[in-house]
Amino acid sequence: MRRRLRQPRRLTPLTAEAWSKNPMDTKTAFFLLFSLVLLYAALRVVTARNPVHAVLHLMLAFSQAAAIWLLLKAEFLAITLVLVYLGAVMVLFLFVVMMLDIKIDQLRHGFWRHFPVAAMLGVVVVLEMAAVLLSGFRLSEAPVPALPIGIEVEVSNTKELGKLLYTQYVYPIQVAASILLVAMIAAIALTLRQRKDSKAIDPGLQVRVRAADRLRVVQVEPVTPSPPPQPQEGKP
Amino acid sequence: MTLTLGHYLTLGAMLFAIAVVGIFLNRKNLIVLLMAIELMLLAVNMNFVAFSHFLGDMHGQVFVFFILTVAAAESAIGLAILVILFRNRSNINVDELDSLQG
Amino acid sequence: MSQSLNASTLLAIPLSPLVGSLLAGIFGTKFGGNWIGRRLAHSLTILGVLLAFILSALTLKQVAMDGATFNATIYQWMVVGGLKMEIGFLVDGLTAMMMCVVTFVSLMVHLYTIGYMEEDDGYNRFFAYISLFTFAMLMLVMSNNLLQLFFGWEAVGLVSYLLIGFWFNKPSAIFANLKAFLVNRVGDFGFILGIGLIAAYCGSLDYNEVFAKGGELAKITLPGTEWMLITVICICLFIGAMGKSAQFPLHVWLPDSMEGPTPISALIHAATMVTAGIFMVTRMSPLFELSDTALNLILVVGAITALFMGLLGIIQNDIKRVVAYSTLSQLGYMTVALGASAYSVAVFHLMTHAFFKALLFLGAGSVIMGMHHNQDIRWMGGVRKYMPITWVTSLLGTLALTGTPFFAGFYSKDSIIEVAHFSTLPAAGFAYFAVLAGVFVTAFYSFRMYFLVFHGQERYEQNPDAHAGDHDHHDEHHQPHESPWVVTVPLVLLAIPSVLIGYLTVHPLLFGDFFKGAIVVDTASHPAMTMLNEIFHGPLAMALHAFTTLPFALALAGALAAYYMYMVNPALPAAIQARVQPLYRLLENKYYMDWINEHLLARGARALGRGLWKKGDEVLIDGALVNGSWKLIGRVAALARRLQSGYLYHYALAMIVGVLVLMTWFVTRPALLDWLNR
Repeated sequence: MRRRLRQPRRLTPLTAEAWSKNPMDTKTAFFLLFSLVLLYAALRVVTARNPVHAVLHLMLAFSQAAAIWLLLKAEFLAITLVLVYLGAVMVLFLFVVMMLDIKIDQLRHGFWRHFPVAAMLGVVVVLEMAAVLLSGFRLSEAPVPALPIGIEVEVSNTKELGKLLYTQYVYPIQVAASILLVAMIAAIALTLRQRKDSKAIDPGLQVRVRAADRLRVVQVEPVTPSPPPQPQEGKP
Repeated sequence: MTLTLGHYLTLGAMLFAIAVVGIFLNRKNLIVLLMAIELMLLAVNMNFVAFSHFLGDMHGQVFVFFILTVAAAESAIGLAILVILFRNRSNINVDELDSLQG
Repeated sequence: MSQSLNASTLLAIPLSPLVGSLLAGIFGTKFGGNWIGRRLAHSLTILGVLLAFILSALTLKQVAMDGATFNATIYQWMVVGGLKMEIGFLVDGLTAMMMCVVTFVSLMVHLYTIGYMEEDDGYNRFFAYISLFTFAMLMLVMSNNLLQLFFGWEAVGLVSYLLIGFWFNKPSAIFANLKAFLVNRVGDFGFILGIGLIAAYCGSLDYNEVFAKGGELAKITLPGTEWMLITVICICLFIGAMGKSAQFPLHVWLPDSMEGPTPISALIHAATMVTAGIFMVTRMSPLFELSDTALNLILVVGAITALFMGLLGIIQNDIKRVVAYSTLSQLGYMTVALGASAYSVAVFHLMTHAFFKALLFLGAGSVIMGMHHNQDIRWMGGVRKYMPITWVTSLLGTLALTGTPFFAGFYSKDSIIEVAHFSTLPAAGFAYFAVLAGVFVTAFYSFRMYFLVFHGQERYEQNPDAHAGDHDHHDEHHQPHESPWVVTVPLVLLAIPSVLIGYLTVHPLLFGDFFKGAIVVDTASHPAMTMLNEIFHGPLAMALHAFTTLPFALALAGALAAYYMYMVNPALPAAIQARVQPLYRLLENKYYMDWINEHLLARGARALGRGLWKKGDEVLIDGALVNGSWKLIGRVAALARRLQSGYLYHYALAMIVGVLVLMTWFVTRPALLDWLNR
């Protein structure tokens, strides 16, 4: 389990000694910082009252995650996260949230009623994962470098990723591309509305028209003009 | 202290737990539901990247690549459905979506 | 050297009545379009039966004179697991005799029917039926295996059903034909069990193969019991004979079968069908000889039937019923002879009885016709003046029935009494007493009927039912008249053998080689026939000696008693009846056999059926299984439906809970298994 960071406000003699013996390196400090902010942001996502606040906190969470990945030497993925998620998906979320006229006060109804069960669920998940981690994993080993020891050539993460993607995973990439295409088409097909003032006609409807729908022949009686009144003579 | 795999995995676990709790708590807000799903995916991605780093295997990162793709597609469609839903019902109350009741 | 008979001739014998029957039955009725009129119908069928009779007589001559026999398969129907099912003929002395009897009586009845059923609408149908019956009976007697025997057995039962219910608009006729069929069914059940046992233990249904294995069967017991197998087989076969030959207690159908027209009473219920049981036991004599228990049973049943059915004949008022009970009694006599291992005597009595009983039935029918369909003998009397031919022939038949010396019945009946006396089986004493007492009873009821019908005062006017249907009757006077020649010629033709055939054939049939090979007797343990052989010195001597024996005295006493009670002192029967009222009521209710059948057995069976229907079928099967299964599914589905709440987060929750459970299982599995195995 990760040790809680002590508040570095006052260096007591005890803590100072411990600190000097086992200093935290920068990487660990950054990791702690980023993870704390990440967790805080995640919590605010699920508990925010205002959905716009929730989206903004989600953006914060993703940015922290990108930073952590940088620490893990996965630069390409970190930048991808920022570009794709923060730049596109979160913006989409924001658009949708702002576009819909949602009543905010109704949103949190029933929140505290379900809280005990939810909390219990969360605790159980965490405990299970902890049990798994503690029992089996090689937790204390140093990270294994991608290349065998002795070769000091610097290869960028991007290039490594690219080498793997375009050889072994060519077909999955094509499949992923078609998934994206399908998603785009689906989204358009779902939400596209016709303009109300459009004068375009559905050809199918046009072909199915019958003469009886357009034309109605009516028999009308011919109106004969009435004869002009005869001058009456001799009658008052 | 040095960072070990355990730290990252724990982080992923806690993220995942928060997301699960979020799903369960938000009955009235479909958008937060979708965001909680994104959080879950993020937790999984965290695990993959951590393992990829600590085991020296690039395949983990490739998998994260694909997860990102699919997650993006899925959130697009999910939001489209949300928009349609709102158009029809004028609210995004998950509680009222029970027409599939058997 | 025995030559073989011609197979085509033999095949023609049963097939010609069948062809006649089909032609008359299909084309002569509404079924086929009513193409054939009455004359053509009766001509075709009589031609068929006549041909069968001529060929049968020819066969008899060949068998008797030249010693020819025939035993072969004509057609193999199928083979099932080693069991062969075939159509085959076995023609020896026994068969040839039966064939002649059947075809002759059938021919007489065909001729008689022209006159008797003249006014009936179902004329063609009747001829078709009686020809069909002839075919079935011939298949029965000519068969060489048990399966064909059973086919003929069932077929004659079927035709009997059709004929008893010939006037199907009469409720009593329908009741009677169903009763006949059902009681026969009970017998057939036993019969089929016997055939099944034979098929199981011998692996074949062919007579010769079965008889060859008889010795082995006699040594083993029925598995699971202590009964000898051969005893069980013979008893089961005899149960079939009890049903078909109307032995006690399966006799109840025969009196009711008088609902059918008189010609069929003569043909089926006197001469041929009811003798099928006797014939079958005789055919199976190699098997029956091996089981003393079965023979004892046969003796007891036959004796009971002979005596007690005769007693019932004393009080009957319907002319046909008297003759019916007489038939039952005589069948009992034949069965007693079978029990005493005197198979040839039984068959001999079968033959003579066929002639004189058919004669008596046809004579009764002639009287009924003459009396304008009145059947009650209380309202007859003095008929001899108006119907002389009928009178004389009926008198001859009665004399034959009662065992008057020189007549046919005497030779057969007295032989039966003698073999019952000589038999060494335990039940023979009772059998001897029963057949002796039966002689008195037979004479009494026969002469009672004779005197009441043909002699005495004319009581036609006293009939309370006489005026019922007279409006459309063109005979204004109630006096009887003689029947047409088509009716009287058969009577004469039947009277001739009733008188002569006993004298002529007693020696060759009983003590000669006629039945050699057909009938097997174990003379060491069943010495009745050999002892009879010792005292037989020819038909003439037997007849002359009879005047000094007990049976003759009893018969004479019976005749005189009947003369006294019905001619001299007509008020006496009523007085006796008043004195022995309980006994009279017992006889009148036929020993309450019908009451037991209808109120206990039939009602019990119906109650059982209703119980199974209501409780078993409706409650159990319909309610619990059929309806219960869908109701159960409905209830389970209603429970399962609650999982489908329609709420997205419920489903998500379910997924998460599922994941948690799986995770818990995988995490704690090693620890859990350790704890369980501790």
